[in-house]
Amino acid sequence: MTALIALFWRDLRRAWGSGALWLPVVFFLLVATAFPFAVGPDAPLLARTGGGMMWVAALLAALLPIDRLVRPDREAGVLDQLAVRGFADEAVAAVKIAAHAIGFGLPLLVALLPAAALLAQDATRVQTLATGLAVAIPALASLAVLSAALTANLKGGSAIGGLLVLPLAVPMLIFGAGMLDPSGRGAMKLLGAASLLLTVIGPFAAGAALRGLRE
Amino acid sequence: MTELLRLDGVACIRGDRLVFEGLSLALGRGEALWLRGPNGAGKSSLIRLAAGLLRPAAGTVTRRERIALIDEAAALDTELPLRKALDFWARVDTVDGPAVTRAMDDMALASLAEVPVSMLSTGQRKRAAMARVIASCAPIWLLDEPANGMDDAAQARLVAGIAKHRANGGAVLLASHFALGISDLAEIDMGAFV
Repeated sequence: MTALIALFWRDLRRAWGSGALWLPVVFFLLVATAFPFAVGPDAPLLARTGGGMMWVAALLAALLPIDRLVRPDREAGVLDQLAVRGFADEAVAAVKIAAHAIGFGLPLLVALLPAAALLAQDATRVQTLATGLAVAIPALASLAVLSAALTANLKGGSAIGGLLVLPLAVPMLIFGAGMLDPSGRGAMKLLGAASLLLTVIGPFAAGAALRGLRE
Repeated sequence: MTELLRLDGVACIRGDRLVFEGLSLALGRGEALWLRGPNGAGKSSLIRLAAGLLRPAAGTVTRRERIALIDEAAALDTELPLRKALDFWARVDTVDGPAVTRAMDDMALASLAEVPVSMLSTGQRKRAAMARVIASCAPIWLLDEPANGMDDAAQARLVAGIAKHRANGGAVLLASHFALGISDLAEIDMGAFV
């Protein structure tokens, strides 16, 4: 367990130290900044559409750093060294998912505040967005690590990886955005269910992909 | 003599190519075995089989102790000073700080402790990888071309490190183009199993 904690802190340090953390957050804020320019300064329109736009931006932001999640460790031999020490690939994947969820998830929630202000979201919608994103972040991290593991051997893998896992994230997008609809009462539960499913499956799927990298 | 590592009738297939088959070996405490052969003979593949990184197409691999591995990748975080990069693996291996200090001393790396790994030369990185192996306190060492890029002095330290490990009851499986001048070294010609 001590070793896995050491691995978790290492991944978190590398995410925060290498700039991998800031890339998705900056992307998220840039989308929130650019969107009003595209649709015009119509506050009611922004308020109505901005929430959904933030969900799309958060989803894409989670997938942005996938090139840095697995490939560097594979090339540096770190994954081999962990396997030699008997760590299950699923455990390594779970640690990477946890580190990515914390590494990009927390700053994303902080960035939500200025983004919401730019998109004319009121306090209730900000609260709903924050709750939905907090529920979805482990699943988004899970998908990102799965995608990174699947494409670590491929040149230009991050683009392919995004295409691979984007369909899997669509239910969360639908239910997350659905939470913003006053009539969408069950959306929160469905989002939770979708997130739980992806978060539980993620380490096993990503672990199998990590194992495949060695063959 | 206690067996630490045993391979029975293993075969290795990479892609569609049979690399070797019918290979058996046993490694006990204090023993060292040199895998020799030309490029492509399967030395590195055998090391990876022994490490559990590849599954044998046939046969069995039995490991009775922890393993430390050197291959072409140093597995050290390049942005960190050398000491901190080695400390990470010490935490993973749950060994204490003095073990890292001793390993760095054995490989003459003390003066490079604060130098980022990215600034180290090829030979220095190999020495650092060797220090990682020494600090791990693993009884089985799997060394794949450990002397690549090392100068004569570093090779002498590597040989001394291997001798010390064997004297302490460790075992060494060495894949190399040359025997490094190690005495009392059993050998396997990988070319015989193709």
